[in-house]
Amino acid sequence: MKLTLKVWRQKNASSNGNFETYQIDNIIEDMSFLEMMDVLNEKLTKENLQPVAFDHDCREGICGTCSMYINGKAHGPLKGVTTCQLHMRSFKDGDTIVIEPWRASAFPVLRDLIVDRTAFERIQQAGGYVSVNTGSVPDANAIPVAKAHADTAFESAACIGCGACVAACKNGSAMLFVSAKVSQYALLPQGNVERADRVLRMVAQMDAEGFGNCTNTEACEAECPKEISVSNIARLNREYLAASLSK
Amino acid sequence: MTLDSKAPKGIPLAEKWKSSKFNYKLVNPANKRKYDIIVIGTGLAGASAAASCAELGYNVKTFCFQDSPRRAHSIAAQGGINAAKNYRNDGDSVYRLFYDTIKGGDYRAREANVYRLAEVSVNIIDQCVAQGVPFAREYGGLLDNRSFGGAQVSRTFYARGQTGQQLLLGAYSAMNRQIKAGMIKSYTRHEMLDVVVKDGKTVGVIVRDMVTGEISRHAGHAVLLCTGGYGNVFYLTTYARGSNATAIWRAHKKGAYFGNPCYTQIHPTCIPVSGDHQSKLTLMSESLRNDGRVWVPKAKGDKRKPEAIPENERDYYLERKYPSFGNLVPRDIASRAAKEQCDAGHGVGETGLAVYLDFADAIKRMGQKAVEAKYGNLFDMYKQITGENPYTTAMRIYPAVHYTMGGLWVDYNLMTTIPGLYALGEANFSDHGANRLGASALMQGLADGYFVLPATIGDYLADVERTAVSTNSPEFDEAEKAVRQRIDTLLNIKGKKTVHEFQRELGLIMWEYCGMARNDAGLKKGMQLIQALRDEYWKNVLVPGEAAELNQNLEKALRVADFMELGELMMRDALERRESCGGHFREEFQTPDGEALRNDDEFSYVAAWQYQTQSAADSILHKEALDYEFIKRSQRSYK
Repeated sequence: MKLTLKVWRQKNASSNGNFETYQIDNIIEDMSFLEMMDVLNEKLTKENLQPVAFDHDCREGICGTCSMYINGKAHGPLKGVTTCQLHMRSFKDGDTIVIEPWRASAFPVLRDLIVDRTAFERIQQAGGYVSVNTGSVPDANAIPVAKAHADTAFESAACIGCGACVAACKNGSAMLFVSAKVSQYALLPQGNVERADRVLRMVAQMDAEGFGNCTNTEACEAECPKEISVSNIARLNREYLAASLSK
Repeated sequence: MTLDSKAPKGIPLAEKWKSSKFNYKLVNPANKRKYDIIVIGTGLAGASAAASCAELGYNVKTFCFQDSPRRAHSIAAQGGINAAKNYRNDGDSVYRLFYDTIKGGDYRAREANVYRLAEVSVNIIDQCVAQGVPFAREYGGLLDNRSFGGAQVSRTFYARGQTGQQLLLGAYSAMNRQIKAGMIKSYTRHEMLDVVVKDGKTVGVIVRDMVTGEISRHAGHAVLLCTGGYGNVFYLTTYARGSNATAIWRAHKKGAYFGNPCYTQIHPTCIPVSGDHQSKLTLMSESLRNDGRVWVPKAKGDKRKPEAIPENERDYYLERKYPSFGNLVPRDIASRAAKEQCDAGHGVGETGLAVYLDFADAIKRMGQKAVEAKYGNLFDMYKQITGENPYTTAMRIYPAVHYTMGGLWVDYNLMTTIPGLYALGEANFSDHGANRLGASALMQGLADGYFVLPATIGDYLADVERTAVSTNSPEFDEAEKAVRQRIDTLLNIKGKKTVHEFQRELGLIMWEYCGMARNDAGLKKGMQLIQALRDEYWKNVLVPGEAAELNQNLEKALRVADFMELGELMMRDALERRESCGGHFREEFQTPDGEALRNDDEFSYVAAWQYQTQSAADSILHKEALDYEFIKRSQRSYK
């Protein structure tokens, strides 16, 4: 198929960016979206032009590295899929595809489609852990965990930290990301001891990083490639309220 | 230099690790903060080692090329992690896990190392559960297990099909806690480009900031390379696109011996190649073989849909050839059997390079819901990539490069032949012999990082001066200069072929001559082809952009240059090993029914290669003899 691509180009964090338009041919249905981008980059390289910088690594939907805002949607048109797992069979000959980086003030653009997501790192460092040292732990089966709790905790823990929730949100809110980690630990006995401190610290860091507030539009859940549920946000609010009152 | 494995000898197996830990020198808690440890790579091995060393009180710096430690490729491991807990009461024990791992590795691993691995496996599960890793559980609230290829007990702990992700996030959380505490300084989007050695000891690294292109020096009393495997030398693999061999190859060039480079694991259950555009292969967890049945049509070139082929016209060849292990034979055996079927004309799909993995029976037996609960995410992934629905038609699978058992040679303490330089996880050669069993990679990465290295490193540091290492030395000057020159050279060639084209070509040569089956003539030819390709690379590669900017082509060009040298060494190693064992199959050496034919009299050793020039023909082979004190070696059989 033949496609027209409108791609955001920006040399570095301090320069202004703009859209460039590229025509691309011989794209086949079985290609992944990133393989289509590889074809574009090979073409640009051969023409002595700068290839488009984009983040990617595992290309199997789990590392959370790839981003891309495609035709106005984080990770493109499909539900529950990362950009690397999106295939060209989702598009048709003659389509125009607009490709942008994540847009959020807490995620500055580093180059082209690559953004700086280290704000997420600092939120995790603020409290996304259980304080146990290597070696000083009880037998794994010493503390039973109800299967339902373990399964729900797993579903929250499945977040890949890609940032699509922030990009999809009109407020640039990171509530889904933060709530997934808070929920995982709130649901497990191992996370119980530091439960109150954790939620307060993580939320404080989230605010300090400049992420927006949640206004319950649920765009985050709709565009999350791992379909993390907004019920995590409800749990985060309850945890935060309980922790604030207990202080 | 004679290779000393430093594995304790002459004491019972079960005492070796305990006695070593007692005999290691210790560093006083107040002195630990005077030592700087540099960790390169933050996957399971790196993140767990960094967190554990920081907890002990050492100063730690970590470097990863990703934008977060959480993205290291350990995250993609699907199936699970082994541990000899015997929670199922099915006859498992530390000794059995040890035995299975040695046998699975085709008797080419060190006994003492493997026993230690089996021993600490139980602590790993305890540690991860305490961190809040949400493993699969049963209704009673206790941990669930499943069985995995190459074992007849259920000892694999798992978190749906995302075990690697959950374990990595656990190690990452432990790391984050230490970053917060100021004990770890984490550098992301930074790539190590050289190791600095002074007076025979490791003193630091040279690193490139991948956003600004800035080159910087970092000094440390010890450096841990936890950078994973080098399978991307084959180009089309299940590795992440960024996975590379640069750190270990640079270390090799500075004097670290490379162990068993030819031992590569080709995983049997991957989604087949669909065309030339393909950039990577996707693995489908081996756990699928618990319930899926592997088959091909009995008739050659049968183009009917799988569901239209009647039962009596199908060949369930694994069940036929290996009745006691059936579909659960180890990976090397399953991969070779698939290749054999395809070579004989029974392959399916458009390319004929695929076999069926069929769940029709499992769905009949357990119902679609149960299959969904167990494998749902894998089935979704298959559907996403191929556009076919595996609930209604059989999956097509084919082997793909997945793991490298080879890596930097390390002694029992995980130290390379350069004092102060360690290698952990897939980056070392240590515990899997010639073939790794499923669910053992996560186990080894975490064993090395949480339990082994933190115990062994004190023994080295206790004798190292506590004063801070300076980056102001001729050795650092020279290493930095060499890195800058290499970058400038690559950028200034301004040739006609892209890095991508060279990488693909290298991959095709490797797959053709050093893949699932190897022979003398092919390996010799392959070495020549690589030499020619390498010469062309340094004359004709096209790397756009500049050094002082975010330049993904430059990153790749530096990595591919190293792969070009490593690939040739793999072939040389495969050529010298005139036997078949595990993942290394030499066509000249096979049993009458086509199984790998080992030669213990001549090849029961670890090949440790010493670097000489960029041509592997000049490399020097050192042999570490493998003595089996406890296990009686036999022809491996899964029949």
